[in-house]
Amino acid sequence: MKFLDEYRDPEIARRIFGEIAKVTTRDWVIMEICGGQTHSIVRNGIDQLLPDKIELVHGPGCPVCVTPLEMIEKSIALARREEVILTSFGDMLRVPGKHHDLLSVKSEGGDVRMVYSPLEALDLARKNPAKRVVFFAVGFETTTPHTAMAVWQAHREGLGNFHLLVSHVLVPPAIESLVSSPHNRVNGYLLAGHVCAVTGWRQYEPICERHNLPMAVTGFEPVDLLDGILSVVRQLESGKATVDNCYPRIVTRDGNPAAQRLVDKIYGVCDRKWRGIGNIPSSGLILRDEFKQFDAECIFDLAGTEVDEPPECISGLVLQGLKKPFECPEFGRKCTPATPLGATMVSSEGACAAYYAYHRFSNQLPTSSATEDKQ
Amino acid sequence: MCLAIPGKVLDTYEDNDLLMGRIDYDGTVNTACLAYVPEAKAGDYVIVHAGFAISVIDEEEAAKTLKLWGELFECAAEEERHKPKNPSSNKTGDA
Ligand code: SF4
Repeated sequence: MKFLDEYRDPEIARRIFGEIAKVTTRDWVIMEICGGQTHSIVRNGIDQLLPDKIELVHGPGCPVCVTPLEMIEKSIALARREEVILTSFGDMLRVPGKHHDLLSVKSEGGDVRMVYSPLEALDLARKNPAKRVVFFAVGFETTTPHTAMAVWQAHREGLGNFHLLVSHVLVPPAIESLVSSPHNRVNGYLLAGHVCAVTGWRQYEPICERHNLPMAVTGFEPVDLLDGILSVVRQLESGKATVDNCYPRIVTRDGNPAAQRLVDKIYGVCDRKWRGIGNIPSSGLILRDEFKQFDAECIFDLAGTEVDEPPECISGLVLQGLKKPFECPEFGRKCTPATPLGATMVSSEGACAAYYAYHRFSNQLPTSSATEDKQ
Repeated sequence: MCLAIPGKVLDTYEDNDLLMGRIDYDGTVNTACLAYVPEAKAGDYVIVHAGFAISVIDEEEAAKTLKLWGELFECAAEEERHKPKNPSSNKTGDA
């Protein structure tokens, strides 16, 4: 398919691997922020085919993984209500809460529906005026314009039975928090291409300057990812950090102004708790006062849903790039995609699930000839 | 969750006052909201995430990137041709 196949070309990938090996002289740790990129990197074996000096660690950019457990509990409490149709993206329905996930609530008779787009949830609200339709709004800046549009449409149409349970999070404050941590070991970042398609890469420039932190806006195909890695390594080796746009067919410096305007109109910024990481100041979105009637947390009483994480799960460390999934004692034992203990095992974009799916039970390369056919 | 795929705009229309389009993903046709890419017209490629087009693909930039990789490719091939047949190639790449 046009705009996909050419970025999967194994010959070009091989050349860029060669170029990366040529310019690398020291040990570097590079983090890809986005869970979609984590999945692509592991699936294509990119991390294992890079020079040993380069370590890729996987960031907190999987919305399913970082949604705090109490929000999952709130969604479950909502799904149990007679008058509610609870909707969300497919992955969210399988995240285990304290005792249940949304799918098990559905099997007990709760009206839980998977939707592909928030506009489908809006349509359910139009068609079911006697019900209250709640969309569990998770996701980064790629998704916030869509839920903002759903609220804006509901507002324009005077739909009183559409609500969001908002758990949106923002990427730049998360990077700032990771970089400022005393445990930080990341030298450079691959920025999430589709987040940047919306926000532009302008907002990363201050972080880059403040920390002299090499960054590259990166796409999702193997060649795109390698191009981003090459850019970050070149920056690291030269000591000069910039925000390099390696995804110019999709991303511009200013991003998508129409999307940014509507997100700004509907949402304000708030502090938000990230699962496994904790509170990050100014890292979340909240519906503005004018749109509070669409906020499920204002409409329904959802108090008393505080819960603790399962103690054996170390996904917080995985999400900060401090541990690899196979370093978790429960990885592949008590915790598998069929019986996930933590959210990073639920979503296919979670690092634990990706490592499990592609048999990464250690850092070892399974066979030395994996290079060609993996591409 | 941030995965988005390229598709070609077939036509545009309005639904509940919202700009929409039919998008062709290599033979599979589906609808997407085009409100964030009002400049998109039939024949353009857009990148679609969760039912919304978030960016029109810049075909010129795409061609430029491919050309750059093509050059890298030629460069490497050229180097290989001129390389002395010496197995102890310099792997540390001291620049
Ligand atoms: S393997 Fe399971 S228990 Fe271990 S960190 Fe990953 S999600 Fe948590």
